Amino acid sequence: MQEQLEQLAENARRELEAIDSATDMESWRVRYLGRKSDLTGILRGLAGLPMEERKAIGARANEIKSVLGEHFARKTEALKQEASRASLRVDDTLLARGDVTLPGRPVPTGRLHPLTQTLNEVCDIFVAMGFDMVEGPEAEWDYYNFEALNIPAEHPSRDDMSTFWVDSPASDRGWKPLLRTHTTSVSARIAEEMEPPIRTIQMGKVYRYEASDATHGTMFYQLDGLAVDRGITMADLKGTLYEFSRRYFGEDRRVRFRCDFFPFVEPGVEMAIECAVCHGKGCRFCRNEGWLEILGAGMTHPRVLERGSIDPDVYTSFAFGMGLERLPMLRYGIDDIRLFYNNDLRFLRQF
Amino acid sequence: MKVSLNWIKQYVNVSLSPKEVADRLTMAGSEVKGLQVIGESWESIVVGRITAVNPHPNADRLTLVTIDHGSGEETVICGAPNVAVGAKVAFAPVGARLIDPHTGEPAKLKRAKIRGVVSSGMACSEKELGISEEHEGILILPEEVEVGRPLADYLGDVILNMDVTPNRPDCLAIVGIAREVAALTGQSVHLPDAGYKETDTPVESKVSVEIMAPDLCPRYCASLITGVKPGESPRWMQERLISYGMRPISNIVDVTNFVMLEYGQPLHAFDYEEITGGKIIVRRAGEGEVIVSLDGEERTLSGDMLVIADQERAVAVAGVMGGANSEVSQFTTTILLEAASFNPRSIHYTGRTLGMPSEACMRFERGISPELAMPALKRATQLIAELGGGQVASGVVDVYPGKAEPEPVVVSTDGVKRVLGVGFSRKQIEETLISLGFECRPGTSESEVVAVAPYWRSDIRLPVDLVEEVARIIGYDEIPTTMLNEPIPPHNPEPVIMFKRRLSRHLVGYGFQEIVSHPWASQESLRKLLPQLALRAQSQIPESDLLRLVNPMTIDQTYLRPNLRGNVVAALAANRGNIEDGIRLYELGRVFRPRPNDLPEETEMLCGVLSGPRYASSWLGDAEPIDFFDAKGIVEGLLAQLGIAASFEAGTDESLHPTNQTTIISNDTRLGVIGQLHPAVQDAFEVPEPAFLFEVSLPALLPLTLAGKMFEPISRFPAVVRDMALVVDAATTHQKVVDIIDDFPLVEEVALFDVYSGEQVPSGKKSLAYRISYRSPDHTLTDDEVSKVQQSILNKLSGELGAVLRG
Ligand SMILES: [Zn+2]
Repeated sequence: MQEQLEQLAENARRELEAIDSATDMESWRVRYLGRKSDLTGILRGLAGLPMEERKAIGARANEIKSVLGEHFARKTEALKQEASRASLRVDDTLLARGDVTLPGRPVPTGRLHPLTQTLNEVCDIFVAMGFDMVEGPEAEWDYYNFEALNIPAEHPSRDDMSTFWVDSPASDRGWKPLLRTHTTSVSARIAEEMEPPIRTIQMGKVYRYEASDATHGTMFYQLDGLAVDRGITMADLKGTLYEFSRRYFGEDRRVRFRCDFFPFVEPGVEMAIECAVCHGKGCRFCRNEGWLEILGAGMTHPRVLERGSIDPDVYTSFAFGMGLERLPMLRYGIDDIRLFYNNDLRFLRQF
Repeated sequence: MKVSLNWIKQYVNVSLSPKEVADRLTMAGSEVKGLQVIGESWESIVVGRITAVNPHPNADRLTLVTIDHGSGEETVICGAPNVAVGAKVAFAPVGARLIDPHTGEPAKLKRAKIRGVVSSGMACSEKELGISEEHEGILILPEEVEVGRPLADYLGDVILNMDVTPNRPDCLAIVGIAREVAALTGQSVHLPDAGYKETDTPVESKVSVEIMAPDLCPRYCASLITGVKPGESPRWMQERLISYGMRPISNIVDVTNFVMLEYGQPLHAFDYEEITGGKIIVRRAGEGEVIVSLDGEERTLSGDMLVIADQERAVAVAGVMGGANSEVSQFTTTILLEAASFNPRSIHYTGRTLGMPSEACMRFERGISPELAMPALKRATQLIAELGGGQVASGVVDVYPGKAEPEPVVVSTDGVKRVLGVGFSRKQIEETLISLGFECRPGTSESEVVAVAPYWRSDIRLPVDLVEEVARIIGYDEIPTTMLNEPIPPHNPEPVIMFKRRLSRHLVGYGFQEIVSHPWASQESLRKLLPQLALRAQSQIPESDLLRLVNPMTIDQTYLRPNLRGNVVAALAANRGNIEDGIRLYELGRVFRPRPNDLPEETEMLCGVLSGPRYASSWLGDAEPIDFFDAKGIVEGLLAQLGIAASFEAGTDESLHPTNQTTIISNDTRLGVIGQLHPAVQDAFEVPEPAFLFEVSLPALLPLTLAGKMFEPISRFPAVVRDMALVVDAATTHQKVVDIIDDFPLVEEVALFDVYSGEQVPSGKKSLAYRISYRSPDHTLTDDEVSKVQQSILNKLSGELGAVLRG
């Protein structure tokens, strides 16, 4: 029995030394150390032996088991280290054959449309200032697009916003459907539908009935803002727009606020930023003006508030609106607005 | 509007540089888009006098002109017909910068030798000086200019290219701009003295005016000038008109235009002899009444247009255009001069309807005060009498049914601060308003100003209008910059906005490029999507479900799009020629349908299309072409990320391949479709290889994503995995099988890992092999438990679908 035991230990040691793979290691472990191993078998067979002998062989068997266990652990570690060394060597089976500069396996790369990127960026700036995002109908009643905004019929301001009319019946109030010419129509709805305090941005596509050229499209994006509360002032409007400019264009761009006219605000404001090329001196890029117009704004006209059943004696309000295309056009030097809507991947994949 | 700075200087003292004037006007609301300096490059050009004209020895059409330029004489070669001894001309020495009349580009004048004779300089034409396009002859200067003085002293000017806002009709006049400059620079305006001599004949004895439509004509003023001699207007007046971009016509017409530019009041001169009975009637046109306008066109009028008529016929379309029948001609001797006020909306409507935008129209439609009519009439009468050499009948006819007292507007210092966020004193407010021509008086309290706007400021109606006046004159830079400090209003989100961003994020991750297209559709574009119709060229797509535009610019804009796919597939086709690798495009946008008794229905849709190789080809090999299951996998991935459980059934979409398409369904709601583009549609769009499309409706998807989600604990107990290979009828869908298996308790996941039909299974059958994971949340499953469920599944599959285990 003793002899059998020693022989087993000797065999186990020899076999372990010869092993060079993890699979073989596992079968060796099952065979010599597992629950059904020969060693366990010997220990089970001790039952019939005298007490003295049983003790001696049992001790020896346990000793062998523990030594074999240590050998196994050492060998396992050695194999692991060998494997990791091997994995660091140049592998001739790798496709690259050592040239890691070869291009990788292509994956399809998707992108947002540059205007969506701009829209998201601009919206996020205003959302961070507490404005809620709102969308409204693109096919809109002429009332919200014009009358509610202090632009009556036969007003010359309408001439600047030539309109696509939609061929469907007028409402029972005599309103006619059109494609909105600005997102300010949504501001008119908000003034009517919401109670102050209000702080919203309205964005989306707008349409103009005019021939498209490098700077005008029949369709473009706009973003309007509206804030209504007790105590809102033009200083707040300046601050809000200045903050927008600072975040979108950067800290170092000067901003200019000048008087301008929009029927739905009074006083009216136009915001321009300093030309990045000439820093306000005037150059070809800014058509020698030194400034680039970015948006129109102002204190919401009392009549517009009244039409929305907001008491102008209690609340003050500011509003602003901008075309979105101009922002990426300035940032990337894009010289033709039509590129945004041609859906040419050679253009879209640049952003 | 082009405004001559020299002209402005006639009425206000300007000490600032042109650039500073332009900046101040711009900041205060009247934008100066550009400055054109006339004579900027005239440094060496001086006034010269022709002392001799001799023929060129070797050229018949050229002359040798000797010019005294103050510091000597030079002889130049000239081809102009209007050279004469004694004439004052613009002399350019060699080296002067001129405009080359042939190229229009600036060029330096060189010493030239023409047919053997040397020319040392040039007598310039207006074109060469850059003043106008005139190049027939050289510029002849007035006799009074001094030889040797720089030309710029006489003809130099700065033209301001101004953008006047629609609320400021007063700024469509030189005097109006001068008033702005005065207010902005602390100066005052000096208007010309419009006095003239009158004859003994009272105007009333010759002219009468009746206004039959006082709602459209609040005031009509007229004067009468007899014995006029039509001819050319003087050079100074012509220069003013040219500076604005107007063509001089005759002394009479030029005066009316000049005064319109000067004061902003359009005027009209009638040939008095053509006005029957000398009686002007201002009335609505008869329906269908015809008048031949000054441009010779026959115009048919409608009952809501206003005409100036005599007792027999219309002689002008009021405020829009004169009639040919009463036009001032070279034979005219007596002028009836009109200065009137018309309803702006009516003028806008008439001008637009007749397609006759004019300078007069543009001013009237912005609203001109009736008060302006009288001073403008007197100024024009004076000039006609002076330049046309006539006598003025005494007095003027003035019919003024619309006379209204100006309404005072009250503004307080608090009111200013409430709007601007910065306070100004009552004194500051008053002084600013007074500088603009307002009359101010104290109000009921110490802080109030009661202001009466000058008649030319028809835009001032409310206290905020005064606030703007104060702000723009003091300067917007004086307003501080503050952040909103009111609490942020309650959040009231529109879920669809963030949902669109979420969809985009996933699709971009799947390699899709977003596109944005116009919302137009036409019979042609819609027909391309309908293979049955494409075969029958005649038939029209019914319009009952389409929204027409009233005024499309092109046939492509006939309708608002009822689907996105047309645009998306067209974009795929357009890009196919330029892009080698696979194309994956999507658009998020609205489609439009008519809706009874309301605005059109706008539905947010998502449409994606993919075509070409699955990946770009590379040195690692060529990718397989995209197929139906790529499209389906993407939609399934998208739905999984949105947490939407959906099922699929065979689809019936006409634009898609009859068999390779599926309808996406969730909770009995149709979410959209996935499919291969119908080969006929693919052809119609000229897409070279098969393309796969999906289109889903956001209003259908969105509610499914809003349901609250609850966390499921991760089971501590192991899963038991069993395979189940079934043989079913070929027509039995995977969806039916998986719906049954999924319904059983303990089934955690079902994965299809093999589909087979062929020799190994009977004909008309197919084999579907599933790997089913079973797991319990509260104990370790035993073999027996799993086998029981597995057997019940099999029983149900065999009972409902006739499925058998594959042997
Ligand atoms: Zn610049």
